[in-house]
Amino acid sequence: MAQTLLQVEDLHTQFFTSRGVVHAVDGVSFHVDAGETLGVVGESGCGKTMTALSILRLIPDPGRITSGRILFRGREVTKMTDEEIRDFRGNDVAMIFQDPMTSLNPVTRIGRQIEEAMTAHERFTAQVARPRVIELLKRVRVPAAESRVKDYPHQFSGGMRQRAMIAMGLSNEPDLLIADEPTTALDVTVQAQIIQLMKQLNRELNTAMMLITHNMALVASLCQRIVVMYAGRIVEEGPVEQIFRSPQHPYTWSLLRSVPRVDEARKDRLVSIKGLPPDLISPPSGCKFHPRCPFVIDRCKTDPEPELEEVASGQVARCWVLMRNVKDESVEAAKQSALSHEAAEKLKQDAAAAETGGSASA
Amino acid sequence: MAVATVDQAARDWEVPEEQVGLWQDAWIRFRRNRLAVAGLALVLFLIVVALTSPLLVKLGILIDPFKQQVFDIQVGPGVRGHLMGTDLLGRDTLSRLMIGSEVSLTVGLLVQGIIFPIGLTIGLAAGYFGGRVDNLLMRFTDIWYAFPDLLFVLVVVSVWRLSGPWYVQLIPIFGAIALVNWVGLARLVRGQVLAIKEKEYIEAARSSGSPPLKLILKHLLPNSLGPIIVTLTFGIPQAIFLEAVLSFLGVGIQPPQPTWGQMVYDGYEQIYPNPTAVVFPAVAIGFTLLAFTFIGDGLRDALDPRMRR
Amino acid sequence: MIAGRPKRGALLPGRLAAITDSRLGSLAVYVVRRVLWMIPVVFFVIVITFVLAHSAAGSPWDKAGGRQLSDVVIRNLNEKYGLNKPVFEQFVLYVWNVLHFDFGLSYQYQGKSVVQLIAEGWPYTATIGVLAFCLIVPIGVGLGVLAALRQNTRIDYATMGFATMAASFPNFVVGALMVVFFSVLFYKWSGGYFFLPAGGWGVDDHLIMPAVTLALLPIAYTARLTRASTLEVIRQDYVRTAWAKGLPERLVVIRHILKNSLIPVVTTLGPTFAFLVTGSVIVETVFSIPGIGRAFVLAVTSRDYPMILGTTVLFSLVIAFANLVVDILYVFIDPRVRLS
Repeated sequence: MAQTLLQVEDLHTQFFTSRGVVHAVDGVSFHVDAGETLGVVGESGCGKTMTALSILRLIPDPGRITSGRILFRGREVTKMTDEEIRDFRGNDVAMIFQDPMTSLNPVTRIGRQIEEAMTAHERFTAQVARPRVIELLKRVRVPAAESRVKDYPHQFSGGMRQRAMIAMGLSNEPDLLIADEPTTALDVTVQAQIIQLMKQLNRELNTAMMLITHNMALVASLCQRIVVMYAGRIVEEGPVEQIFRSPQHPYTWSLLRSVPRVDEARKDRLVSIKGLPPDLISPPSGCKFHPRCPFVIDRCKTDPEPELEEVASGQVARCWVLMRNVKDESVEAAKQSALSHEAAEKLKQDAAAAETGGSASA
Repeated sequence: MAVATVDQAARDWEVPEEQVGLWQDAWIRFRRNRLAVAGLALVLFLIVVALTSPLLVKLGILIDPFKQQVFDIQVGPGVRGHLMGTDLLGRDTLSRLMIGSEVSLTVGLLVQGIIFPIGLTIGLAAGYFGGRVDNLLMRFTDIWYAFPDLLFVLVVVSVWRLSGPWYVQLIPIFGAIALVNWVGLARLVRGQVLAIKEKEYIEAARSSGSPPLKLILKHLLPNSLGPIIVTLTFGIPQAIFLEAVLSFLGVGIQPPQPTWGQMVYDGYEQIYPNPTAVVFPAVAIGFTLLAFTFIGDGLRDALDPRMRR
Repeated sequence: MIAGRPKRGALLPGRLAAITDSRLGSLAVYVVRRVLWMIPVVFFVIVITFVLAHSAAGSPWDKAGGRQLSDVVIRNLNEKYGLNKPVFEQFVLYVWNVLHFDFGLSYQYQGKSVVQLIAEGWPYTATIGVLAFCLIVPIGVGLGVLAALRQNTRIDYATMGFATMAASFPNFVVGALMVVFFSVLFYKWSGGYFFLPAGGWGVDDHLIMPAVTLALLPIAYTARLTRASTLEVIRQDYVRTAWAKGLPERLVVIRHILKNSLIPVVTTLGPTFAFLVTGSVIVETVFSIPGIGRAFVLAVTSRDYPMILGTTVLFSLVIAFANLVVDILYVFIDPRVRLS
């Protein structure tokens, strides 16, 4: 049993706007073990980023953590003094942000920005930090690192900036690295490189990682465990393979359906989730997903949201229906295709046959 | 104070509201800005004062601003019916202030009427013809910017001076102020025209051979009216300021017509016995400018949310 | 060449390309181009002022209400100042003289050259200008930063309320009110013991009111701009990055917020110079300081055209030069600026 690094319990983060209180994070509990990679997925605006920022206590105004506990190695983050939280940031838990184009100070040299991340904490003196910057840049595969430390961010490409951000995040050898959509703002080819790099670094350094994304492919290739969030709450949690094989919450199912996959039959169309994420000031009654859920029953609208319930070993979900109880052809087909590669192959052939047959008859 | 209400207003109107007309919407936002409303109230009050005070003088309700009362020279406020005291020549400060308001308001409001066609035409020409014409005009505005406003206005009025009643004397001052203030508007209009030219429907119109000028005008005015009004509103206090400075320096409207700038100067010459002769006109100028600035701020927030911050 | 860096001077012949390739080299090219651009600017200022001055009705010698000069005297005066030549010839001659820093003879002070008059006024104007400038930068920037960091607090409202007032009240009004308060009322209240002198030039306390009056408007503008730009920067992603690194507040503010938010403030120091120049015209009149600004006003009221022309050209040169310095400074403080 791996040691628990981060334990978040019933976290509530709210924004007090003139329109009303926004429940950005609404009773979230999860944990991250040392060395593991946890994926946090959901659409934009579902509270993923706010959960991450809460851990570092970087919630922007007018937001604030209203209740809940964040325990890091047993220390209560929400009760730390200003100086303690300062030393905690970047040292124990580092964060990489979504947009590398705007996340680096445009008027300070890259090397200096990485260096100050180290000298801000007691661990490194300036003499040690300076050569280490080059070492770090080499480690994240920035070519000609010796000369590029003197460059400014605008002289770096997007991918190189994200590498620099990763180097900055890793500079203090944190126990946990939070990566908030680290590849979203990048080109597809660069994305692949960054994912490759993060995978490799995770293996080499054994740093625990919390990967926030809406990209299921990224989760599949990097994470061991996955937390699915919707409207500020966790709706499903469990080991990656299990959730990919048999998602139990209709939202998770829809998310997985909305990802095009190469190894999959195209008989069942890609599902896009209809509608928009709910307004977090006045969320819908009952299960917050019910207005968009394809398998909604009356109970979902009226009863209070169900608790997270164990649906398989290590897998919990928050749903009255659960996908395993859904009897529907398209779902069955999808389940089949997800289940076995052979079935998928067969479906693909069927589809091809149907297509040629169709065109012949036309 | 100042910023509080502005920020509050800004936050408030982010609330989605029922679809009302653009202008109605703007008026609602403007009304929420207390400082802007106060500014508007003061300006409206001044307009009423400027329009009615000649009549009040004629009716004998207000003391004749030109009458020199030998026994009431440089008296303080409240002495013998002079609510704001008198000046060096024994003329009533209150009635001079009220009569003087017509000069400031005329300059402030009417100059914008000259600036508008000039700025619009030049900006349109630069944006519409583009290329060399645009380049030339923009270079020209660069040079114009290098010329400090006040110096230019001073030179112009020193050269072209007309004698006669105050509104005749105002003509060269109008010209000078308009000449230094059209640049901002021209640049604004040019930018808007260039943006509209990028749009597909203009391309379509051009390829089908119809003259796009009409189309540009049709789209320019509704889209740009807000920023144009805001620019013109901010031009008002600037014009009032320039006229007041000219009067203060003695090259503006000549006596006996009272103007606020000249009253500050006259009072300043004899400041020790009766400082209120300076204070009243000075405060009048300051608050009038402040009122127009508040209106401008309010209009900017109400009409063009993009211009904020 | 490093990847991602824009290639410069690709179309230039070898030797020139070598110069423009280095940042310092391209800066030199940039400076030369900017200095060359000053020439048409100043030239047009001369043209405009010259044309204006010569479009005046009547001659400078028939002052309204003044002494009536005889025809002979006027002819002699015209001869002396070259006014009997065709206008175009006068203009060419004038430009030629300006190039030799000869702005001609003053009409008003017979026997004195414009250069002499400007040289006499210069020390006063410069002293007050420099003093005001020393007030503007620290106070304006300081107030703006303070208001931004304490946004929506009383400090913010008070600072911005002050800035709005100061930006709306014209400086002759402020100057006059200050005189009323600090000279007249203080004199009365303290029985002549404590007050600030209302004008003239002498001991140091004569400088206080003029410098403050001159500085007030630029301070207000600088404070407002600094506040707006600092608020903008505070919301930037890179500031969040700085916090996430665990930097202490002091370093986040100095290295990440101010280093970015003060860039637009520096670019307005050029226009600030223009403020000081036009401000000097008013402030020197209010406080009876014998500087160039006051000389300019006297020249305007007495239609001393050589003096008007000379000071205008000088002022626009000063402003153009200040803008040039600011633009060059900008290249050094913002690494993103490309010199094209």
